[in-house]
Amino acid sequence: MAEHDPQSIPALLERNARRYGANAAYREKEFGVWQTWTWLATAEEVRSLALGLLALGINRGDYVAIIGRNRPALYWSMVATQKVGAIPVPLYQDAVADEMAYVLDHCGARFVIAGDQEQVDKVLEVGDRAKSVEHILYLDPRGLRKYDHSHLHALADVAAEGRAAHERLEPELKAREAEVTYDSTCVMLYTSGTTGRPKGVVLSNRNIIETSKNSSEFDRLRAGDEVLAYLPMAWVGDFIFSIGQAYWTGFCVNCPESESTVQTCLREIGPTYYFAPPRVFEQLLTDVTIRMEDASRLKRWLFARAMKLARRVGPRLLDGQSVGAWDRFRYWLNGRLIYGPLKDALGLGRIRVGYTAGEAIGPEIFEFYRSLGINLKQLYGQTEASVFITQQPDGQVRSDTVGIASPGVELKVAESGEVFYRSPGVFVEYYKNPESTAGTKDDEGWVATGDAGFIEEDTGHLRIIDRAKDVGKLADGRLFAPKYVENKLKFYPNILEAVVFGADRPDCTAFINIDLQAVGNWAERSNLAYASYQELAGNPRVYAMISEHVAEVNRTLADDPILSGCQVHRFLILHKELDADDGELTRTRKVRRRIIEEKYADLLTALYDGSESIYTETEVTYEDGRKGKISATLKIARAEVAAPTAQKVAAE
Amino acid sequence: MNDTAVTTTPDGRTIGGVLMEMKHITLRFGGVEAIKDISFDIREGEIRAIIGPNGAGKSSMLNIISGFYVPQEGEVWFRGVKRPPMKPFQVAKLGIARTFQNIALFDGMSVLDNVMTGRLTHMSSGLFGQALWWGHAQAEEVENRAKVERIIDFLEIQNIRKTPVARLPYGLKKRVELARALAAEPSLLLLDEPMAGMNVEEKEDMSRFILDVNDEFGTTIALIEHDMGVVMDISDRVVVMDYGKKIGDGTPDEVRANQDVIDAYLGVAHD
Repeated sequence: MAEHDPQSIPALLERNARRYGANAAYREKEFGVWQTWTWLATAEEVRSLALGLLALGINRGDYVAIIGRNRPALYWSMVATQKVGAIPVPLYQDAVADEMAYVLDHCGARFVIAGDQEQVDKVLEVGDRAKSVEHILYLDPRGLRKYDHSHLHALADVAAEGRAAHERLEPELKAREAEVTYDSTCVMLYTSGTTGRPKGVVLSNRNIIETSKNSSEFDRLRAGDEVLAYLPMAWVGDFIFSIGQAYWTGFCVNCPESESTVQTCLREIGPTYYFAPPRVFEQLLTDVTIRMEDASRLKRWLFARAMKLARRVGPRLLDGQSVGAWDRFRYWLNGRLIYGPLKDALGLGRIRVGYTAGEAIGPEIFEFYRSLGINLKQLYGQTEASVFITQQPDGQVRSDTVGIASPGVELKVAESGEVFYRSPGVFVEYYKNPESTAGTKDDEGWVATGDAGFIEEDTGHLRIIDRAKDVGKLADGRLFAPKYVENKLKFYPNILEAVVFGADRPDCTAFINIDLQAVGNWAERSNLAYASYQELAGNPRVYAMISEHVAEVNRTLADDPILSGCQVHRFLILHKELDADDGELTRTRKVRRRIIEEKYADLLTALYDGSESIYTETEVTYEDGRKGKISATLKIARAEVAAPTAQKVAAE
Repeated sequence: MNDTAVTTTPDGRTIGGVLMEMKHITLRFGGVEAIKDISFDIREGEIRAIIGPNGAGKSSMLNIISGFYVPQEGEVWFRGVKRPPMKPFQVAKLGIARTFQNIALFDGMSVLDNVMTGRLTHMSSGLFGQALWWGHAQAEEVENRAKVERIIDFLEIQNIRKTPVARLPYGLKKRVELARALAAEPSLLLLDEPMAGMNVEEKEDMSRFILDVNDEFGTTIALIEHDMGVVMDISDRVVVMDYGKKIGDGTPDEVRANQDVIDAYLGVAHD
């Protein structure tokens, strides 16, 4: 923490404008062409916006909600907000008006900066439920021309007014900026929360800058790196990658043209530093697999041969282990002919550092990317830690751990198995919620992760088993770790989502969601006709296929002395996809166990009372907020259960 | 109604004077009278619908406006001037663009190229210059591409920019057709059954785009449509045709209350 290091994001921006002035800071594809802003241009844009906000009467400590897809102007809005001593609060853009109302009201936002008409409409719909909102600023004017503009402003106009009034407002801006310290709030992020209302996590400049500095050094990130900003701006990861680390190191943030063009833009940019949740990597691999299955026999044969070699040699090369000259040569040749073009098609051709986190990733999926020579690693993080708790150093990458403690982070595992950490990134508090703050962070700064895990003695790597509160006991006292089992199930491309039950019950059962793309493709190839998701889900042959997957998972569980009790005895395939709009998943697509348990109580009962099938009606919410009902008769299937093999050696 | 009066709709759009006027149009194919003595006008900035049961002569009327058919009797007035018989390409130069009932795109070409063809009437460089991408042709292409990209952005088809049209689903093809027509920057846009064969969601999307085009670019739109619900929702005025005759003309509410229209659509009991 050298004293000359900038102490805030706006200060880092000034430094970058001096140091990397002519380098690209932001790119956005618009009207089919990548538009570029240098650090110098960015500093100018941010200054204009900050002056404009002052002209609108923004006060110190005001909360400014920012809602929209990843666009440079919205990132600038966040920094401009910090520059005038206010606090940016990015929100999830797919949040429905109700969720938005709660957050806007909770932080008392006076300003909302919205990406487009859709977001403006939601804020207007919230209306009286968030009385604090005084001004709405919007980026894309389309469709908004005829709205009442008494409290509505185009962001470009605000910036222009700021520029026009710079003589008058400059002194005030200077004064405000000088007041921002290392301990001022940098950003407030609402956690999606698997239970209860979202909590506002307050992160200081110290949290963000220290974390960005440490993690950038860990992976040797540098000016000249490229990232694609496509994950929700409200998520702490995007804030760290696209603002924290980008401003610390001076690398370039690229914003895709629209949500539907992310894959094309990824290819065009070819990022060198990339983050994606496991489901994105799964999806990509599924796409590759499906397309290879449709390819000619010669291509299939070549691909299979090349991948066999890659799986054997690729990861060892990445980890710097010794590989024979002949294998090296063959890998290099295949790289020119097959891996290279494939990586390029996926947009992963230039990756130096790639991360995945948030959920467990299937070992096959992980190995696939590693074997192609993509340096994909895992990290473990939380909003409360400004992301980084543990991460995998180059050369020590495995699919079943989440790595060693990140630089500056201390780890400990409590008696109960819950993991605790302490770091410079640890959040200041939950906004207006001292009880929760006290319940999560103790006086010495240790934070409970809520996850159960253990540290491997020989390697020092952390392994996470499950959410601490989800880890329970079966009726006979055997250990029950639902997520561990769910992850094993979800590693099958045919299974999109699984929810396992069993706490205080005699045995385990599961709800399964099939993956429409993978199973649909399989159905097409095996001449199976279906008209809807529901019909496909209820097909006996699909049941048989899923049944096999469950049986395989049961066999691997039987080998595990601790978790052999978690074998799934009965399951059913749900008639609808679990959806965040119905409250069944969080916005980051994590299963909300309690809600599912309540909502589908009838199905759960049927899994345990010996029924063969059950009729059910479920309420669904459409994207526009309307509600409807779907009904179905679901079959309950029995799965093959394996006898525990390792019971006798479980002497611990 | 006064010819030059400027009115404002309840949703705040401005409707100007008469842009196009059809006077006593009669169209015959041999002995068949497809259109009998029909007169109506289209005002600047409005969404004007022509509806009617199958075979009422709607498409023929659109074809007369676009210059494809020349009526045996009657006059077509455009911007206060009587229009002499014209070829479709000459009509296009006047600023009238259209889409077709059964999609007429170039299947093998990408969406971008298809939309670019809509700019043809605005290009002056010759075949040679374009082939060599040299001098004036180069500047012209860049300028036209920029215009086309704005339309691609407007209609939210960025993700299929480079996709060959043949690979697109029906609803998207319709949207590409609209994009191509818009690329001509028409002052009058003719849409021939823009929502035929679409599902409810696609219809809603298309309705929104039609309203947005009218709102954002101030384009006058004349459309033929089967779906009464959609027409009544988005049009300012409606002409109703039946067996080649005009049986109603007015705002959606007026048309809805018109007994002849109700009879034509629901059938009449013959005693």
